Amino acid sequence: MATTLPSVDVVTVGVGWTGGIVAAECSKAGLKVVGLERGQKRGTEDFLSIHDEYRYAIRYDLMQNLSKETVTFRNNRKMQALPMRQLGSFLLGEGLGGAGTHWNGMTFRFLPYDFQIKTMTDERYGANKLGPDYLLQDWALNYDQLEPYFDKFEKTLGISGDDKNPFAGKRSSAYPTPPMKMTPMLQQFEKATKNLKLSPYMVPSANISEVYKNPDGETINACQYCGFCERFGCEYGAKSSAEITVVPTALKTGNFDLRFNSNVVEILKQGNKATGVRYIDTVSGEEFIQPANIVVLTSYVFNNAKLLMVSNIGQPYDPTTGKGTLGRNYCYQILPGASGFFDEQYNTFMGAGSLGMSIDDYNGDNFDHSELDFIHGGNIALTQTGTRPISSNPTPPDTPTWGPEFKKQSIHYYTRSFGIGAQGASMPHKENYLSLDSNYKDAYGLPLIQLTYNFTDQDRALHKFISARAADIMKEMGAKTIVPNAEITDYNIVPYQTTHNTGGTVMSSTPDKGVVNNYLQHWDIENLFAISAGSFAHNSGYNPTGTLGALAYRCAEGVVKYSKSGGALV
Amino acid sequence: MSADNNVSRRDFLKTTGIAAGTLVGGGLIGGLVGYNINGKGTATIEHGNGTTSEAAGSPKAKMFFMNERDFKILSNATERIFPKDDLGPGAIDLDVPYFIDHQLAGQYGSNSKEYMQGPFGEGSPTQGYQSRLTRAEIFKQGIAKMETEAQSRFKKSFNDLEGKQMDEILTAFQKGDIQMSGVTSAFFFALLRAATLEGAYSDPLYGGNRNMEGWRMKGFPGHQMAYITMIEDPKFQKIEPNQLGNH
Ligand SMILES: Cc1cc2nc3c(=O)[nH]c(=O)nc-3n(C[C@H](O)[C@H](O)[C@H](O)COP(=O)(O)OP(=O)(O)OC[C@H]3O[C@@H](n4cnc5c(N)ncnc54)[C@H](O)[C@@H]3O)c2cc1C
Ligand code: SF4
Repeated sequence: MATTLPSVDVVTVGVGWTGGIVAAECSKAGLKVVGLERGQKRGTEDFLSIHDEYRYAIRYDLMQNLSKETVTFRNNRKMQALPMRQLGSFLLGEGLGGAGTHWNGMTFRFLPYDFQIKTMTDERYGANKLGPDYLLQDWALNYDQLEPYFDKFEKTLGISGDDKNPFAGKRSSAYPTPPMKMTPMLQQFEKATKNLKLSPYMVPSANISEVYKNPDGETINACQYCGFCERFGCEYGAKSSAEITVVPTALKTGNFDLRFNSNVVEILKQGNKATGVRYIDTVSGEEFIQPANIVVLTSYVFNNAKLLMVSNIGQPYDPTTGKGTLGRNYCYQILPGASGFFDEQYNTFMGAGSLGMSIDDYNGDNFDHSELDFIHGGNIALTQTGTRPISSNPTPPDTPTWGPEFKKQSIHYYTRSFGIGAQGASMPHKENYLSLDSNYKDAYGLPLIQLTYNFTDQDRALHKFISARAADIMKEMGAKTIVPNAEITDYNIVPYQTTHNTGGTVMSSTPDKGVVNNYLQHWDIENLFAISAGSFAHNSGYNPTGTLGALAYRCAEGVVKYSKSGGALV
Repeated sequence: MSADNNVSRRDFLKTTGIAAGTLVGGGLIGGLVGYNINGKGTATIEHGNGTTSEAAGSPKAKMFFMNERDFKILSNATERIFPKDDLGPGAIDLDVPYFIDHQLAGQYGSNSKEYMQGPFGEGSPTQGYQSRLTRAEIFKQGIAKMETEAQSRFKKSFNDLEGKQMDEILTAFQKGDIQMSGVTSAFFFALLRAATLEGAYSDPLYGGNRNMEGWRMKGFPGHQMAYITMIEDPKFQKIEPNQLGNH
């Protein structure tokens, strides 16, 4: 029997970036908030021995324990979906701060084009550029409407950047802190891209360039360029993450009750209102009901969708009929690029998670696609995140994968090679979606979420085109040997790609096109909100969290508004 | 390398796998960074802090493998994957086999953070690892198979084969040509290769990367607090590595 706890104003499911932002804003507004996090407490003081590639980057110590819960996957509907038994393609977060504890911190704003992608693509290229299988749609908010929320998110994190990107949307204020340091590798990229008449700028970074105090009074320290950033927590408190910003802000109000080892298994409802959530204390095994006036799902893309599905809220997407919105528009990221092998030696092992230079000349609709068989593109960057010896064993083509020659080449090129990579945009396709699996269960008896996903013709064309552009830059940089990324065929869940999963619980202008409205409020259940990159109608050519953070602030505003006025906000 | 008896300079070169001719070519000095061939003709490995390899390193004891033969098969296989050469030690001298042995006895070997519930379908390669076996079970079976394979191909124990013959067997595993139960030999080989590199390059706290020689060869400085003062410097930085526990 579940124990029913005293009711609160707001309950969030998960306490990463989105849960932290909602908790901070709501508790500052005087609402009583409970944050239920399935993982454990952790923070800067736990990261003193973090420079351990094997434990954190290879064995994924900070990430989701798959023995309890994972996803199942198949490339298409004809295949039998099977569980992702080991982490690979994406690295799911677990514990205070979520994936934001071990993220890189590249913090972009999506382009104005992204938010009106359907209208603008149709206007420029006619209505049939991609064909009917692609579920392209405008977002429920445009860039100008989102600008104040981008601004707020960047100020909370203290983002370090310059204003040199001619393709960026208009900013209401400059980046809070100056860009990160220039390195020889980045200088070489800057020079090469300028020679090619492209427009390089520093990657906006949540590894902060100088000590910064945010508007909530939280201090973020200056990045030390330690080279153990992506997949690691920061031992200096210099990488903006929820546990050093929004979570302490929420706790300071006295209105935030943060509970760990609390795995939510159901959204409870009565009629068309949510009444709270049911969760399991993963230590004692006890079951609790946490009643709340407002329920906010902040449990990342997969579990936001899964919790709605297992709680029978909303209509699951059916690819045969095209009906239903829950699970629709799952997108990912396409990774074109090129590797370069040099004679000179570089300090490749030094770096920071978002230390890099990039160009947007081949992103969004910043270039003409009339003669191309794809839309959109990707941000092309040279990042110096710090390469480490277990995972970085670069060898020129035709080198054996083991034995004397492998050893020699991989050691030689460890400091003499690097890649230029792009984050290719990913367009929604009718066959790519999330649903519930009927064979496999999690540790609490719930079905696993099922991912049906494959690369599309659009993806393959984009990949090929952008890889060639990356190779052009590599050539201009003077690489001795240039290897463009191999053309993509089928999506493979084994090698790491990005943790930039999007879609499934899309934010839309009308209920037939998505799950939540432009306040991230559920279309059917007005006191239920869902915020994650699942709200994205497609994925752009950037990392998602800048845009996700903006939407989380928008969501928090909606929650506070609803607590006062009630009713549908749109 | 033992410091006890009169290993000649020539023998040292032979046992390290460095061809004597390389000396004449002049390529050796650079390749032997960290090595010191002393007047008595014995070799030690120098560290910044003045200790030598004879003094450092973790105890050579096994917690997973039960018999010497199996452990030696593992050792020989890892050495073929990551051999000793003029750049420095191979898997055996880096204690990679002990690293793997220790890992197999723990969380890694029992797949305790992975989804291990059935049903187990074969699936397509894009769906990844689908075996019901743990890594510990896969290694046990794989090592046994390497021995059977050596016996059937060459009528010898794997440990008595020539290097080339070992490579032939490893290549057959890599190609998926060896029949294994519940897992492909290609998957076992991929695990073995990955574990070898992990043992060569992880922090010495795990028992491999002896004396940080893996890092030293590769030019990786290990655990450094910060690069803020040198990251803008155009020069390549040679930095003596540091390991955890040496804060
Ligand atoms: C290695 C890596 C590098 C990255 N680098 C970048 C980058 O440079 N730039 C960028 O923009 N993005 C980056 N990302 C992505 C970024 O981390 C995510 O977009 C962001 O953290 C998502 O925030 P979230 O709040 O939606 O989810 P999360 O941060 O994943 O938080 C969700 C939380 O919910 C909890 N939870 C889940 N289910 C339940 C449940 N049933 N009950 C209770 N709690 C639950 C989880 O434990 C988790 O703590 C990176 C990700 C990774 C893994
Ligand atoms: S690179 Fe900078 S932000 Fe990243 S972990 Fe190191 S000090 Fe922290």
